[in-house]
Amino acid sequence: MALVRETDLGTPASPSTELVNVVVDGMAVSVARGTSVMRAANEAGAAVPRLCATDSLEPFGSCRLCVVEIEGVKGTPASCTTPCQDNMVIHTQTPMVETIRRGVMELYISDHPLDCLTCPANGDCELQDMAGVVGLRDVRYGYAGENHLAAKTDHSNPYFDFDASKCIVCSRCVRACDEIQGTLALTVEGRGFASKISAGGLNFLGSECVSCGACVQACPTSTLQEKRVVEIGLPTRSVLTTCAYCGVGCTFRAELRGDQLVRMVPAKSGGANEGHSCVKGRFAFGYATHRDRVTTPMVRDAITDEWRVVSWDEAITFAATRLHEIQDRYGRDSIGGITSSRCTNEEVFVVQKMIRAAFANNNVDTCARVCHSPTGYGLGQAFGTSAGTQDFKSVEQADVILLIGANPTDAHPVFASRMKRRLRAGAKLIVVDPRRIDLVRSAHVAASFHLQLSPGTNVGIVNALAHVIVDERLYDEAFIAQRCDDESFQRWLSFIARPENSPEVVAAIAGVPAEEIRQAARLFGSAVNGAIYYGLGVTEHSQGSTMVMGMANLAMLTGNIGRVGVGVNPLRGQNNVQGSCDMGSFPHEFSGYRHVGDDVVRASFEAAWATTLDAEPGLRIPNMLNEAVEGRFKAIYIQGEDIAQSDPNVRHVTRALSSMELVIVQDLFLNETAAYAHVFFPGTSFLEKDGTFTNAERRINRVRPVMAPRNGKQEWQIACELATALGYPMHYDDAAAIMDEIARLTPTFRGVSFDLLDRVGSVQWPCDDSHPLGTPTMHVDQFMRGLGRFTPTPYVATNERTTRTFPLLLTTGRILSQYNVGAQTRRTENSLWHPEDVLEIHEADATMRGVVNGEMVHVASRIGQTLLRAEVTNRVPPGVVYTTFHHPISGVNVVTTDLSDWATNCPEYKVTAVEVRPASEHYHIEPEDVAPALIQMARQIEENIPDLGEGSRAIATHLRRFWTVQMLAELSAYVLAHEEEFSTTLRDALNQVHEATAPATPSG
Amino acid sequence: MSHVATVYVPSDAAALSVGAEEVARRVAQEATARGLAVSVVRNGSRGALWLEPLVEVAVDRTRVGYGPVDPEDVTSLFDAGFLNGGEHPSRLGEVELHPWFAAQQRLTFARVGIVDPTSLADYEAHGGLVALRRALTMTPEEIVDEVTLSGLRGRGGAGFPAGIKWQTVLSTDSATKYVCCNADEGDSGTFADRMLMEGDPLTLIEGMVIAGLAVGASEGLIYIRSEYPHAVRSMRAAVALATESGVLGSDVLGSGRAFEVVVRVGAGSYVCGEETAMLESLEGKRGVVRSKPPLPALAGLFGRPTVVNNVLTLASVPWIVSHGASAYQALGTGRSRGTQVYQLAGNVARGGIVELAMGVTLSELVEGFGGATRSGRPMKCAQVGGPLGSYVPASAFNVRLDYESLLETGGMLGHGGVVLFDDRVDMARQARFAMAFCAEESCGKCTPCRIGSVRGVEVIDRIVAGERRDEQVALLRDLCDVMTNGSLCAMGGLTPLPVLSALEHFPADFGLDTAEGDGRGIGA
Repeated sequence: MALVRETDLGTPASPSTELVNVVVDGMAVSVARGTSVMRAANEAGAAVPRLCATDSLEPFGSCRLCVVEIEGVKGTPASCTTPCQDNMVIHTQTPMVETIRRGVMELYISDHPLDCLTCPANGDCELQDMAGVVGLRDVRYGYAGENHLAAKTDHSNPYFDFDASKCIVCSRCVRACDEIQGTLALTVEGRGFASKISAGGLNFLGSECVSCGACVQACPTSTLQEKRVVEIGLPTRSVLTTCAYCGVGCTFRAELRGDQLVRMVPAKSGGANEGHSCVKGRFAFGYATHRDRVTTPMVRDAITDEWRVVSWDEAITFAATRLHEIQDRYGRDSIGGITSSRCTNEEVFVVQKMIRAAFANNNVDTCARVCHSPTGYGLGQAFGTSAGTQDFKSVEQADVILLIGANPTDAHPVFASRMKRRLRAGAKLIVVDPRRIDLVRSAHVAASFHLQLSPGTNVGIVNALAHVIVDERLYDEAFIAQRCDDESFQRWLSFIARPENSPEVVAAIAGVPAEEIRQAARLFGSAVNGAIYYGLGVTEHSQGSTMVMGMANLAMLTGNIGRVGVGVNPLRGQNNVQGSCDMGSFPHEFSGYRHVGDDVVRASFEAAWATTLDAEPGLRIPNMLNEAVEGRFKAIYIQGEDIAQSDPNVRHVTRALSSMELVIVQDLFLNETAAYAHVFFPGTSFLEKDGTFTNAERRINRVRPVMAPRNGKQEWQIACELATALGYPMHYDDAAAIMDEIARLTPTFRGVSFDLLDRVGSVQWPCDDSHPLGTPTMHVDQFMRGLGRFTPTPYVATNERTTRTFPLLLTTGRILSQYNVGAQTRRTENSLWHPEDVLEIHEADATMRGVVNGEMVHVASRIGQTLLRAEVTNRVPPGVVYTTFHHPISGVNVVTTDLSDWATNCPEYKVTAVEVRPASEHYHIEPEDVAPALIQMARQIEENIPDLGEGSRAIATHLRRFWTVQMLAELSAYVLAHEEEFSTTLRDALNQVHEATAPATPSG
Repeated sequence: MSHVATVYVPSDAAALSVGAEEVARRVAQEATARGLAVSVVRNGSRGALWLEPLVEVAVDRTRVGYGPVDPEDVTSLFDAGFLNGGEHPSRLGEVELHPWFAAQQRLTFARVGIVDPTSLADYEAHGGLVALRRALTMTPEEIVDEVTLSGLRGRGGAGFPAGIKWQTVLSTDSATKYVCCNADEGDSGTFADRMLMEGDPLTLIEGMVIAGLAVGASEGLIYIRSEYPHAVRSMRAAVALATESGVLGSDVLGSGRAFEVVVRVGAGSYVCGEETAMLESLEGKRGVVRSKPPLPALAGLFGRPTVVNNVLTLASVPWIVSHGASAYQALGTGRSRGTQVYQLAGNVARGGIVELAMGVTLSELVEGFGGATRSGRPMKCAQVGGPLGSYVPASAFNVRLDYESLLETGGMLGHGGVVLFDDRVDMARQARFAMAFCAEESCGKCTPCRIGSVRGVEVIDRIVAGERRDEQVALLRDLCDVMTNGSLCAMGGLTPLPVLSALEHFPADFGLDTAEGDGRGIGA
């Protein structure tokens, strides 16, 4: 594709629906009221010269190139700042304005280097273009006057330079930082001729700049310029594609020179990002061509052997042969696989199909297990869909934002910018987080309330918020009566009104003053548009699913569902975590969240795939690992995930991996998991993939190949070839054909095709005959499940408690410059900002232990121990420590425990009891025995299954739906042997499960 | 002793600069030494700056003036019995009857120099609060109509009809509105805002409250330049006094209406006298000019409808409301109604405040009131309207000082400042100074002002140095065109006025043949 430059109409579109008619240079044009004269002129085809205006920023009126004459208006107003009025007659080219423009340009050039021919922006410079447009022929001032030509270039940022000598002080960079990014890192220093752009501090790197690239994007000259453009030259072609970092899913133009990627430029046409980006998507793509990348298949017989580089055919045969042998020896269910949320929908769909059809079992799970599985479960229960309810743009109409367990400025920066824009416009913010995230207080943004709760007490807080709203009758009775299931509401109402859910009781548990909870509840309860956003700080808890339902209850209670500006919105961690869940990656579900036990659904897949499929859910990741340790699970296919680093209790994971006979890893790099692998299939980076990603707002975005696959294959081809080698032929002509199959088999994707996406850019599922262009806002007239369902959400403390030995609670999170386990970002210059994981510890806790800022400390939990550098801070409260998990060497997950969400097994990363000691002290803690996971989970379920008045039946239903036969058998065996340890409810539930699954006996 | 003599010694900054503080101290000291009961009142200055320190004594309901009074004169004043109006070389007689004052029409400055600025009782005794009490009985529309009918126009320089501005704010729906008083009096040779704030601050407050009642605003802000520490102190004291006594607050004079005033201090930027830059500064941002639209009346401070008026505009309101629009409207000429507080400065014999009905000629002002140059040399020209105003040659001093007449000559009234020069002034240097001033004070937002002013200095230097003079003069004219038509605000837009008027009227100072004029002069 040739180089595409997006049109720039000079000023933002007006939101008005009213039209006004104007005449521009004799051409009549109708524009929305409030449209600038400049934009109207551009729309009419009469481009007005400009330098300080661009349609991503509010008009500023400083360059004075865009002056026009308007009949009946005195003087020569700037067209960018003059709104159109009905019947205006505008002249864009008159001798008067042309003289002014030439005069202004003459001034600009009198203070600009005359090095166009050697300038990296030669050919991509608006100043150069405008000099031509206005017909500048002479600079009569000469070049000997006062000037800025000796201004120094700031090279400090690893990705872009700031060459002050070329700056025309149009303020576009400053305004981009203010208006788009919301960091307000840049300013104009001094005044008059001495005005200069300043990042504050010593230089760009030493400033508050977050390297989002908005300033570089906005700069009309070569002042702010990508280093790669300086080094490589200007791009010659571009490909529109989707970022592969977080769940925001930004659209970028990958701009290339030949086959070399020069830069990634955020696209204004991107539905999720609308022209914005962050440091990762914009700049951190160097990993794709990093020397660590493995591009040839490799095999080895034992993990102690050296890798052998082999052909694709040999590698596939090697893997297939061994998979066959293992299934022959240990049974059909002894193998399985994990899909990756980093891969495309098409790649994920093909892998789960391979497992279900070629492996002939349902042992497929996804890394979403460890992040957002409770979202799927909780929202599915309440609303009937496993997805967020809004599009990102919705936040622009929210009045009160309740942000729980999420840190958008670090983890979802482009969405955070939207949110900050809304907050600067006056929306109120309530933050629920144990740690003081940046949004609590940063430039021009401050939370009205920061409910700084103890880790693990989310459910208590959400219940207390609802309790107050009920208590003070702030709820939306009409909405509930019309849209929700009354029986469930009444039951929930009697639950929530209980004193245990009052702020006063919860205050003691969560450590948040009752009055603060009350005031926050009033704020949310009285919002015109109240919107809930949340992240892994909700889901990665033993009550993750409970909390998701608690938030759904709160949204329904206040009528904040089903329109723009409201909703319950997960901020997804990975680029395609939504998609990989949608694609049927869970052991119990086909694509579109339909249970494998549903005969009709299963039949549709069996027909399409010409095979029989297992009606029983397969193993989840933790079960696969447990089974492996027990010697029953022998082979695994891992698509693009580093479970040896990212999963909880790494020691357990590596023990499981070591005990398998075949570990197949498909990845870009030899990751931590690959150390235990026998087969390595080289994967493709997002720059090579052809397919789609689905972001956190259910938006299906196209991923287009920017360059040829370095490994010689698309990843879906690998799975197809392996399936074929296993005796189940799988073939697709291209990725589009895979999407066609997905659409045929998945009602919510029925209308989706590459053709549609290429035409309209992106769509949000459900996309079907009744929503041919997708669904930005869900549950508008009714919930997907019909009536919204309230579920009682009793708070149950996690089993992970602090003790005298482990008195601190460790919680984890992300930082802006790094991404997850860091496989990509650590291989870029982003490491400049975050060279290692650090442990944040409160001053009081640090002093008590002799921990010194910047020194190394031991962090020990019941199950493991690691070393981290301490950062003494008041971002965390006393009693809480915090770290990131971007660097394998810090091994944070060595200390996180096996506890997990009761409903979905999502690990409880966010709460681990630990002790911290200076590394200089000799200190060792013996790991304690961990109670068998199944029993613990059963107890969690028992405690959490809402009191529906049908106790044991509800537990039985849950177990039947989500547990494997093997898990159930094992639990039953233990319960039978130790009956006295278990409640009758649980025992009854197990009996019911067995009755239901036992072969039917003739009655009588 | 039954009689306590009252002596007035101004505490105005101009009086202080010539020793008024020491005079006041010695008066009190001498009275004590002599066992005389003397009350020293620190009034503002009446504005006859050449008479400062002007000491007054209350004698039989009149005030006898002595000035200028040197601290060394105090003893002799006592000796002369000045407490009873005794004869002394510095005795001026009854101040009101002094021709310099008697010839003026003081409305806005009616109380300045007369009242004790720290006394609400004194203020009320001189007609204070009459207007506010009346305004409280009127509807917002009636107040706005009164101001509109009076013909009052913005005294900050732009001359926009105050009533129309108020009407716009009144008609704009918003729960929050503001009244902002622009007291960033940065023009060289102007001092009326300062003297009013120091001498009669309650008038300004009263004017602001009335503006608030008229437009539906309950918060007022006064933006005072940092170079006016005395005015800041005086205004803050007056705000405190007004708040204590219920003129300001949640229940203005028991009316149930709320109006509060806060004083904000600038940070040394001339451009912050431009209304939108002032609003930016009040919002805590860099003082740069906003583009218009939106007008501040629709979206001003923090995006809310805002009245932005100069000190003199707001301080004229109480007189208008208490005396009626027609009384004010009866004064003046053409569309320039009421009085103008002219400020005479520069090389002038009798400088100070001259408040007169609009339309006095420049000649009457500088010669009649000012007594021509202080140096005694021939007058060469006067700059009218501040540093961005044009230079009027002595030959054209018959021009009337009202908005329209000055506009016709290519000049402007501005804030009413008049600076007189004698024949020794080099007008090329003055033109260069105009460009240099613009370069110094430009906010840097728009290109014509930011770069143009620097190039302007360079071009004038080349003209004076005789480098390619004709070409450079043409370039200077082109530059002035770009600045005039292309600048974002009056800073860059009006800088060509002094430059071109100097070039037009005094080409010889630029080393040009007097025949150089090519008919493109500003008045052409």
